[in-house]
Amino acid sequence: MPTSSEQRPDPDVLLAKVKQQEAQAQRGRLRIYFGSSAGVGKTYAMLAAARKLKGEGRDVVVGVVETHGRAETAALIDDLELLAPRVMPYRGKELTEFDLDAAIRRRPALILVDELAHSNVQGARHPKRWQDVEELLSAGIDVFTTLNVQHLDSLNDVVGGITNVRVWETIPDTVFDQADEVVLVDIPADELLARLKAGKVYVPVQADRAASNFFRKGNLMALRELALRRTADRVEGDVQAYRVDKSIGSVWKTAAALLTCVGPDPGAERVVRGAARLASQLNADWHAIYVETPGLQRLPAARRERILATLNLAQELGARTAVLANPDVAQSVIQYARSHNLSKIVIGRDPARRLWPWQRSSGQRLAQLAPDIDLVEIGRAEGAARNGVAGVVRLPAVTAAESNERRKAKRLRYLWATIAVAAVTLASFPLVAHFDNANIVAIFLLTVVLIAVRFGRGPAALAAVLGVGSFDFFFVPPRFSFAVSDVQYLLTFAVMLAVGLITGQLTAGLRFQARVASHREERAGALYEIARDLSGAVQIEQVVKISDESIGRTFRASAALLLPDPSGKLILNVTGEGSPPAADMGIAQWAFDKGEPAGFGTDTLPGSEVLYIPLRAPIHARGVLAVKAQNRRLLRIPEQRQLLDTFAALIAIALERVHYVGVAQDALVRMESERLRNSLLAALSHDLRTPLTVLVGLADSMSLTKPPLSAQQHEVVGAIQDEARRMSTLVGNLLDMARIESGDVKLNLEWQSLEEVVGSALTGARAMLKQHRIIVRLARDLPLVRFDAMLIERVLVNLLENASKYTPPGSTVILSAEVIADRLSVSVADDGPGLPVGREEAVFQKFTRGERESATPGVGLGLAICRAIVEAHEGRITASNRPGGGAIFTFTLPLGTPPAALEAEVANG
Amino acid sequence: MAEPGIVAILIEDERQIRRFVRTALETEGWTVHEAETLRQGLSDAATRKPDLIILDLGLPDGDGIDFLRDLRSWSKVPVIVLSARVGEQDKIAALDAGADDYLTKPFGVGELLARVRAGSRRRMQDGASRGTTFEFGDVRIDLNLRSVHKKGSPVHLTPIEYRLLTLLVANAGKVMTHRQILREVWGPSHAEDGHYVRVYMGHLRQKLEDDPAQPKHILTETAVGYRLVQSAV
Repeated sequence: MPTSSEQRPDPDVLLAKVKQQEAQAQRGRLRIYFGSSAGVGKTYAMLAAARKLKGEGRDVVVGVVETHGRAETAALIDDLELLAPRVMPYRGKELTEFDLDAAIRRRPALILVDELAHSNVQGARHPKRWQDVEELLSAGIDVFTTLNVQHLDSLNDVVGGITNVRVWETIPDTVFDQADEVVLVDIPADELLARLKAGKVYVPVQADRAASNFFRKGNLMALRELALRRTADRVEGDVQAYRVDKSIGSVWKTAAALLTCVGPDPGAERVVRGAARLASQLNADWHAIYVETPGLQRLPAARRERILATLNLAQELGARTAVLANPDVAQSVIQYARSHNLSKIVIGRDPARRLWPWQRSSGQRLAQLAPDIDLVEIGRAEGAARNGVAGVVRLPAVTAAESNERRKAKRLRYLWATIAVAAVTLASFPLVAHFDNANIVAIFLLTVVLIAVRFGRGPAALAAVLGVGSFDFFFVPPRFSFAVSDVQYLLTFAVMLAVGLITGQLTAGLRFQARVASHREERAGALYEIARDLSGAVQIEQVVKISDESIGRTFRASAALLLPDPSGKLILNVTGEGSPPAADMGIAQWAFDKGEPAGFGTDTLPGSEVLYIPLRAPIHARGVLAVKAQNRRLLRIPEQRQLLDTFAALIAIALERVHYVGVAQDALVRMESERLRNSLLAALSHDLRTPLTVLVGLADSMSLTKPPLSAQQHEVVGAIQDEARRMSTLVGNLLDMARIESGDVKLNLEWQSLEEVVGSALTGARAMLKQHRIIVRLARDLPLVRFDAMLIERVLVNLLENASKYTPPGSTVILSAEVIADRLSVSVADDGPGLPVGREEAVFQKFTRGERESATPGVGLGLAICRAIVEAHEGRITASNRPGGGAIFTFTLPLGTPPAALEAEVANG
Repeated sequence: MAEPGIVAILIEDERQIRRFVRTALETEGWTVHEAETLRQGLSDAATRKPDLIILDLGLPDGDGIDFLRDLRSWSKVPVIVLSARVGEQDKIAALDAGADDYLTKPFGVGELLARVRAGSRRRMQDGASRGTTFEFGDVRIDLNLRSVHKKGSPVHLTPIEYRLLTLLVANAGKVMTHRQILREVWGPSHAEDGHYVRVYMGHLRQKLEDDPAQPKHILTETAVGYRLVQSAV
């Protein structure tokens, strides 16, 4: 059926869903108890639910709960585990605050954190409690929390409008929308008022009057409606997500997205919130842009700060943001909308006042430029326009010195313009006799243009006005009077003024464009430069130096690279030049561990003066970049932050490259030295063994010659053979020791039968043990054990050889093996003189022998090799004297689990 | 001992070693041709129709392993390798390349001659139609009846044990690597499961050897493989 393919869900959507579910599986779950106002019983409901879960055996901890002295609520906490609050000094007082670190250390399955919108005391890790909750969730801890409707960012102004009480503590709507569950706690307004009268609702003392206004029946009903509607929105979102989840077709998210413009007005915030609400209702993405025009660029720093802060607010509410530079706002907005495929534009309504009757509102302009794009106008807030309330966006104070300096520079420009006009007037004075007045006008116009080029629009306008005045006064008859005899001159004045103003305007626009272009070029140039420099760096120190210099140059900031030591702890790298910012290692470590920026301008410890950006490379985080800007506003501009982030990415990649260059070099050196050592040992082995072979062979062939040798000659030949063989063993031991000492013994581990290795060891040692009695006692059914057969045979041969060397002929040597607990224990015992008392451990040292002045040959390498081999197998080797006399050497090997397939087959066989 | 006119080629660059190996072989009735280089050894092997080749692995003009691979493409003559390389990987490489036996330097003349005899005996059995019975120690195997007796009384072997035993019998005196045994008995897919061989060899020794911990016939070449010797070591 053709329709079936249309019903099939988009694989990309499903994939995104799966990814999100995977992320959620590791994250903790967030449940919000949501109510219309204080006193509806959110905390009570939350505690009741937690108690129930606790009864079911969940690990529940109360992180922070405000009972506000209500007995019935406090009674619910009684048998729940309470996390001790953290005491923080603040302006001489001691305030208690939720202890995030303790909560993460405690790691309960579920934690209760009351009042999601709470603002933390200055000095806490995050400024807001919802950010603490985020961290708890990403640590995999489930969280229950409470929230009132007026604390939702997008509804903040609406609630403020209804109740006339503005709350400052808000949370982004994204937190609310992404909560796993929202439980609405609801009671009718009358009941709430009854509770208020009964004193069951907590009312902060200092806000008593405001609160009494707040708790009016009308307000409460409106709030209740808001809470219900917002919950309904969310439920609808859930239903839609469920439909996608379960592949129920017919309702699909449209690709429509919104674009909103941020201006310098206080109303901009309202527009942003309106757009956010609209976007969430439409379930659409949205963008917020700020178009910087020459006019806006001349605004005082405080107002520009506000624009950026509003942009930040939009970002928090889930928007993608951008700053554009263009003198024509409408043009630039349309361009952005088209290039990002945005079909709706949300703007704030222009103020009613108009300078000229033909001036059109920005809405009309947009509609004219792009008739196909939907336009939504958000109404103006009455209060905001009148008293200029700034909304919740609070602004950091701009330093007085900075604005003073700007004002001074501005005044100087106007002064220069005045001086220039005066000079031209003076210079033109003698010309009156020779030139027509029309030419004098031309000179004044030239002056205006030059002033516009040099000093911008304002001074040019001043120059135009001054020029007209001075021309009238000094040159137009009657001279030295503003009176005009010829009416024609009035036209001259008008044209002169118009030309002056227009050229000033145009030139200023050009200057602005040029400045924007040069900014862009500067950024591109800086990026190109650091990329080029970093690509040439081959050492960490070079990367550090280049980063410091480039950031210092580009951002007029001091920077420091904090790189982790092998244990993952950050250390400061100082290049020696300039003064690195006083980095707080705690914040830096946090940024490194979490992989998120922290400090100035971020959500985490924004009070810090330094910005910490983690250096994330494709494979690992490589460190943290700490930046302290002289002009901090610079880091708030999105473009600059993006540039800084790009710098950080480049530095991270450079660090990673340098790291792997080092790794590759190390590996190469190691391989080379191993190869060299191996070929050296092989050559040594060959050169030593060849003459020994000749010696053994020639001695052998002498005993085969005819006529047979005499008994005495035979003995000599035998002695030569024995010594040559001993020499050969010695060479073998020396080469083995060299190999083991070099630290690269590769164990050829396989599941081996001990019986087999004992057999070949006995064959190898037979010649030495000719004059000894050998008893082998192996426990029946010894399991297979994983070891290197060659090396364990070497251990056994050395132990047997040792026994033969230090016991008189005719002694008995007992080789036995058994399983003790989880180990295989093998021992070689003799009934000889035993070990010197107190030297049981020393025999395993290199070049140590039982007795100092022994005539027994050998260098005492054998036991040292035994120990090295056994320890490489994670076993132990010991020596002791037997109670009945004689020495016993025992080594153990871990048993492990033999391969299962084999067991089955052997059982069948 | 050996019949007259049997020819051995000795490829070894060390003059003194050539000297005593030659002396030893000649006392056993071999005609020995010496070669100092691989190139010369290869042309001797092609022209002199040898019954045995004794090969040193480290020669000035190349690696003995390459010589073995080359030789095995056209000849089945027994090859005994002499080498100063003691690592098990070197031994396995030489045996897998086609060597019949491997002696590490230094070695005794007696040891060498024992290996030479075993090798030539197997060659003769190969040449003559092989007998239907085989004996080592007090064990007697009838290949026609598929029966095994020890000291006259029948021994029961599982099918795998019997296959393993006949493989050793067919290659008596020669070192069989783990890989070769696994391929022949269990098939190529088990080439890495060395512990199978160890378990079944243990069973065979339990049934056929007097003292399994000190075997006299079914010998272990540690970390390399196994060898069946007819006359007790």
